[in-house]
Amino acid sequence: MALSSTTAPAALKRKRRRGALRTLAFLSPWLIGFGFFFAYPLLSTVYFSFMRYDGFTAPTFTGLKNWNYVLDKYPFFWQGLGNTLWLVVVMVSLRVIFGLGIGLLVTKIKTGLGFFRTVFYLPFLAPPVAATIAFAFLLNPGTGPVNHLLGTVGLPQPGWFTDPDWSKPALTMLALWGIGDLMVIFTAALLDVSREQYEAAELDGAGPWQRFRYVTLPNITPIVLFAVVTGVIQTMQYYTQAIVAGKVASGKVGGSGEPFEPGYPHGSTWTLPQMVYNLGFQRFDIGSACVIAVILFAISMAFTSLLLRRRSGFLQED
Amino acid sequence: MTMTTLRPVPVTVPTVEARGARRRDALNWVAVHSLAIAAALLFLLPFVFLFLTSVMSDRQALTTDLWPASWHWDNYVKVWETPGFLTWWRNTLLYAAAGTALTLLSSIPVAYALAKFRFRGRNLALMAVISMMMLPPQVTVIPMYLIWAKQFHLTGSLWPLIIPLAFGDAFSIFLLRQFLLTIPNDYLEAARIDGCGELRILLRIVLPMAKPAIAAVALFQFFYCWNDYFGPQIYASENPAAWTLSYGLESFKGAHHTNWNLTMAATLLVMAPVIVLFFFAQKAFIEGVTLTGVKG
Repeated sequence: MALSSTTAPAALKRKRRRGALRTLAFLSPWLIGFGFFFAYPLLSTVYFSFMRYDGFTAPTFTGLKNWNYVLDKYPFFWQGLGNTLWLVVVMVSLRVIFGLGIGLLVTKIKTGLGFFRTVFYLPFLAPPVAATIAFAFLLNPGTGPVNHLLGTVGLPQPGWFTDPDWSKPALTMLALWGIGDLMVIFTAALLDVSREQYEAAELDGAGPWQRFRYVTLPNITPIVLFAVVTGVIQTMQYYTQAIVAGKVASGKVGGSGEPFEPGYPHGSTWTLPQMVYNLGFQRFDIGSACVIAVILFAISMAFTSLLLRRRSGFLQED
Repeated sequence: MTMTTLRPVPVTVPTVEARGARRRDALNWVAVHSLAIAAALLFLLPFVFLFLTSVMSDRQALTTDLWPASWHWDNYVKVWETPGFLTWWRNTLLYAAAGTALTLLSSIPVAYALAKFRFRGRNLALMAVISMMMLPPQVTVIPMYLIWAKQFHLTGSLWPLIIPLAFGDAFSIFLLRQFLLTIPNDYLEAARIDGCGELRILLRIVLPMAKPAIAAVALFQFFYCWNDYFGPQIYASENPAAWTLSYGLESFKGAHHTNWNLTMAATLLVMAPVIVLFFFAQKAFIEGVTLTGVKG
């Protein structure tokens, strides 16, 4: 009796310890990765944001100087933040609306569904560099087919990637072409809405718009929210398309000749990630580059926490 | 579109009602499919223009002509024979293949533990995974670059991009976990009672059931590496022998800045493997996208 009451917890403890070791073993690759490729560099980035550092000579502490420089004297920070805000508002909302529209259309298609779905999905897979160069060609004001067609029907022919007023709309068109991921997500969500709800609404005399407004929309709200928040986070990272479009449109690709002017034309395509690259890897002002990186991190994590809070399903138990 | 009202009609004339419904269905069919065809044309036109330009002569590609006057298929041969192009292919393939294999190897056990083990700090670990997934790569790139350049002297190669994938990839872990949650615990319990170890349960029971999710993760990772521009730009740009297709394509455009025909042929050659692979694995791919977005 006394013996068993002392051995049982010991056995339990041993079992627990074995369980913990097993968990640790399974998690170990990621634990190492988290430390080396996330926690350590993240802390270093914060640390460097307070240092004067060119990557060669030893870093020296400068307090808030880099912060002051980026927020107050660096000529592009606010412009880049403004561009990002523009892209978040226009690109993200249009992508969600357009993705939902195509998703709705796909659920109604009865003939050739596989064909249409493939066509809407494929551009999403196109490598961003290839897609951007392709659009720089299509939207080339001189030789591109798009302006040729616009001219044929008597519409104005914008300069697209070469005009600061049109460069962001041109990037938005490129983003809308790659709507395939949202199309798939919305289609799946729309097919999950129960038929009974539609039938009940129809019996109550609801027209197509009312059915969409009072049955479809409330049912897919979580997915819309997911698409918006992940869209915002993706837009905070917007880099490849912006930099490649600027390079190709300005004709300064490949590093030969004059240096590329980032944000071409007239800073209209500057984004925060490009500033990290430009300041850190081209101007060797690592301190200021890290200030931008920290700001980028803060904004991204704010939106991530929004996603975590609103979609508790992310953390669901089993 | 729907001119007929939905109000219940007395059942005395069923044929009229049925005919009305049939007409409404037919009109609906025509409307939906015309819209779908119009949208499909818009999505396809860029590919069509790229292709038509890719077979034009150098001179015609600089005009606004839409249709090739003569078909220059040898443009594709010229692109293929451009110095470096083959190297970029080899590097991209190495990055994508090694990256995908390492991602699977390192992420599957982590996803399994997060989905099926109960331990203190599990939610915290999961939140850390999600934070990593959402983190812009530019946030940590400067310290990472300094480490790879100064401690390991590996910049100018693709190793700084491949090696981290041996330590789990947050997106893959998350996606796999989402799928593993859907596998009933009863299977695992039964195996445990039979005295099966966790590793064996993972290999013998879970992996065969998780095939679609694993296929989706493999494809996503392959495409991610294939399409990656930022990584190669940071780590490989200083050494042309280590360039990938994404990075090389940009410089290709620079070297042939007046030759839209060759540039478009190269662009299509870079897109082609992605598109071919998609046709072979469509189902896995679409299931994977659905998994990330819907089954939260």
